[in-house]
Amino acid sequence: MQKTYYDPSDLKKFSKISDWNQELGDAFFEYYAKVFEAGSLTAREKSLIALAVAHTIQCPYCIDAYTGDGLQRGITKEEMMEALHVAAAIRGGASLVHGVQMMNKVNKLDM
Amino acid sequence: MTIQSLHKRKSDLANSNKQLEILSNSIFENGSLPKFKDKIAETNKFPLKAKKLEILQINVGYMCNQVCKHCHVDAGPDRKEIMTRETMQQCLDVIKSTSAHTLDITGGAPEMNPNFKWFVEEAAKAGIKDFIVRSNLTIIKAHKKYYDLPLFFKAFNIHVVSSMPHWTKGKTDKQRGDGVFDKSIKALQELNAIGYGMPNSNLKLDLVYNPSGAFLPGDQMAMEKDFKKALNDDFNIQFHNLFAITNLPISRFLDYLIASENYEDYMYSLVEAYNPEAVNNVMCTNTLSVSWNGYLYDCDFNQMLGLPVTSKVKHISEYNDALLENRHIAISQHCYGCTAGAGSSCQGVVT
Repeated sequence: MQKTYYDPSDLKKFSKISDWNQELGDAFFEYYAKVFEAGSLTAREKSLIALAVAHTIQCPYCIDAYTGDGLQRGITKEEMMEALHVAAAIRGGASLVHGVQMMNKVNKLDM
Repeated sequence: MTIQSLHKRKSDLANSNKQLEILSNSIFENGSLPKFKDKIAETNKFPLKAKKLEILQINVGYMCNQVCKHCHVDAGPDRKEIMTRETMQQCLDVIKSTSAHTLDITGGAPEMNPNFKWFVEEAAKAGIKDFIVRSNLTIIKAHKKYYDLPLFFKAFNIHVVSSMPHWTKGKTDKQRGDGVFDKSIKALQELNAIGYGMPNSNLKLDLVYNPSGAFLPGDQMAMEKDFKKALNDDFNIQFHNLFAITNLPISRFLDYLIASENYEDYMYSLVEAYNPEAVNNVMCTNTLSVSWNGYLYDCDFNQMLGLPVTSKVKHISEYNDALLENRHIAISQHCYGCTAGAGSSCQGVVT
């Protein structure tokens, strides 16, 4: 039995999700490809957003994919790390901003 | 860290047969990945045949002032293989009669050949449409005897093609050695100052981008745009085109792939990115590569692997158009490097 939940080689099999539902699989991959095309944002900017989101959702496949994608696009490690700090700041901020809720509650109940 | 050539290190990989062995064993022997021959046979492209000669590429020596981590030539200051004037004369006889539209001088650092200037002056007389010299840029700043190279290039309307792996110092120096970025920038500014690379200028200056690691190049046009913006914003530098070139898994790049345990993954990514359309335009089908000692190869990579042309004609002194056309191209698994994605050649993408 496989000893870990994640296998790096599974990333290469991503397209196989269409095998069990061709219509929705095709629709998803068509949408996915369209999303990453250059538009108002460059493909490079989108790659950096994807990398930051990958770390926010802690998806090892996505981290693998978008670190490689970034290198191919000439994105530097400094740019990658800055993008991650944006993700970390929002993530940390999301916890801390709820502190206002905690403070409201304490202020209401505490004498 | 200073890098040394495989030859200087007496590495096993300094022997091209050892490299060919690696490229044919393990993943390609056990069937995990298809051999290049079988892959191109899927679209009836085997055997791959040479077409009409368009590009004559002459390697005038493996000596170089740089020792880049990824160098497929295993060039460096310790390499003594240098083309003699006699072999150059044999090349000139062919240059005068060839129908090729491009003459491409490479090395090592071709300028380090003591007969380089004489050869360029003589070759220029043949009036070939596109006369390329692959200059590593730092050579221009390496010694006062090379300071006049920009004006020399201009005098003979040489098309300068130079390597630049990134627009940042960190990534460039990591691949090409400490201090290379700063010297390259100065050299590019000097070339710009005399008209090279300027918009609408006939003095052509193109840059070559090789990925600085075990990954494939991104989209050539997008990379060119990023390079142009960064080099212009940061250093006021201009150039014409960027050629995105895939690193082929031979010589020092192969050594790096193996040492960093990236070899198998890299071969998988090359095979996965295989593009049958690129096979139609691979450079070996319209190029002839001449080694420092005058022998003929389908490309510079085959030259380094010691895979000669499969023709009765083996040496530039025996050059014969008719006998070389339609020859079967010598291939191995390194050829996947030229057919990945948009394809790769010494002139960038091929699709």
